[in-house]
Amino acid sequence: MAFAIQFLIDVLSLGGAYALMALGLVIIYGILRLVNFAYGELIMVAGYTMFLTSGSGLPWLLMAVLAVAMAVVFGILTDYVAFRPVRAKSVTAVLITSFAFSNLLQNAALLFISPRPRNVPLPDIFSQTVSIGGAITPVRNLITIAASIVLLAAVAFLMRKTTLGIAMRAAATNFTMARMLGVPANLIISSAFALSGFLAGVVGLLWIGRIGTVVPGVGLEPLLVAFIATVIGGMRSLPGAVVGGFLLALIDTTLNYTLSQDLLKFRDAFTFSLVILILLWRPEGLIKGPASGQRT
Amino acid sequence: MLDVRELSVSYGTIRAVRGISFTVGKGELVSLLGANGAGKSSTIKAIAGALKTSGGAVTLEGKDITSANPEQVIRAGLATVPETRDVFPDLTVAENLMLGAYIHRRDHAGNRQNLDRLHTLFPRLSERASQAAGTLSGGEQQMLVIARALMARPSVLLLDEPSLGLAPAIVERIFEMIETLKKSGLTILLVEQNVNQALAVADRAYVMRLGAIVASGTADEIRSTSDLSAHYLGG
Repeated sequence: MAFAIQFLIDVLSLGGAYALMALGLVIIYGILRLVNFAYGELIMVAGYTMFLTSGSGLPWLLMAVLAVAMAVVFGILTDYVAFRPVRAKSVTAVLITSFAFSNLLQNAALLFISPRPRNVPLPDIFSQTVSIGGAITPVRNLITIAASIVLLAAVAFLMRKTTLGIAMRAAATNFTMARMLGVPANLIISSAFALSGFLAGVVGLLWIGRIGTVVPGVGLEPLLVAFIATVIGGMRSLPGAVVGGFLLALIDTTLNYTLSQDLLKFRDAFTFSLVILILLWRPEGLIKGPASGQRT
Repeated sequence: MLDVRELSVSYGTIRAVRGISFTVGKGELVSLLGANGAGKSSTIKAIAGALKTSGGAVTLEGKDITSANPEQVIRAGLATVPETRDVFPDLTVAENLMLGAYIHRRDHAGNRQNLDRLHTLFPRLSERASQAAGTLSGGEQQMLVIARALMARPSVLLLDEPSLGLAPAIVERIFEMIETLKKSGLTILLVEQNVNQALAVADRAYVMRLGAIVASGTADEIRSTSDLSAHYLGG
């Protein structure tokens, strides 16, 4: 029983974080048909904001809010710096600018802060553990589960019940038609980047809360995870991103529990093999996106 | 109302529309006829702001909308129903209609009133309000895109090939509806390949061929022009 609870908490907490990461990536992809490779750096920005404000004596919660706000600001900045100037040109141009922006941010962190890991302030509760039905689990896992439930519900509400959200879904299917109804393209794209930044910020807190430090390359793994989760789930579907995130977490956690110590260092190889099998079975991902679509 | 002067559209070196001029008066239903590739859809797209013009001017109620983007065109009062019948398939019928009223999104009372009116005009849409638009039949989707365009309360409606790919019985109903809209005083520019049906509802018509207007006049005049079929057959 304890084992089952432990397993479930591990899958849900990892899956929640993965789902949020994937959602942040797919929101941009859905509308612009472009992978934002600077997405991982938004997580890094949140981490370094925590590090830079750590000596300020601010309460932790305020620092966290600031960190998320900075990720949102940098998300919108990504749109203005890397996407908007070349959006109408070509997919290749936007891909390269998004890589360039990612590199620029990473190198700025390397140059102006440090290549070495920096400690990020974490409230005590992040390092405490609790016992649930005999299973001992870090409280931060429960926080991650709670945060992902709240955020997934909030995103679902935004996308289904608000005019902005419905307009974003419409723009993801047919951008030109949405514009012909008066939906402003720039507002939709900036909103998508802001939402993506917000998710990256929260993921940053949860992710860095696991490791306790921030380095310039901290965003690489979340970017990769988000990318794989969206590929499994279906690049164009928001529910697909969530399903993909949880499925990837289930695979990772199961392998963690079952592989022997010698094999554990090859865990990613096993994960990717399974991902390949899933893609052979469902090349378009588990959940298909909208039927048609085009870029601006 | 809608005034198009010397409008040209080019795709690279190919000139799809070659300096055409036409007008649509207030409350008038004007039809733009022509075979496939005559440049009708390019004309519509250019007016709607979805395609760059390479020359000429488009004015709506005296306001220049030549280089306006699609968002500005709809705000100026010109709504377009594209030939591709672009419903948002994953959104419900109600959500599609709600987005149609995007430019009036704060005017809840006005939107509700307009929606009630459209539901009387298209009862099927009210029955299917919570259904995903992608699950509607072709005819129902066509009604939805027309109703969605009307949610913007436009002063001019551009209808691009509303009968395309629909069964004759449904085409009949679509044209009845266009007739009703015309009677309500709406100004309409109707692009059609279906000449007889278009001329039956139109006040005036222009015939396009190879990007230029080759004939114009009242519906009766166009109908009696003997070489009309020649324009279609390319003879």
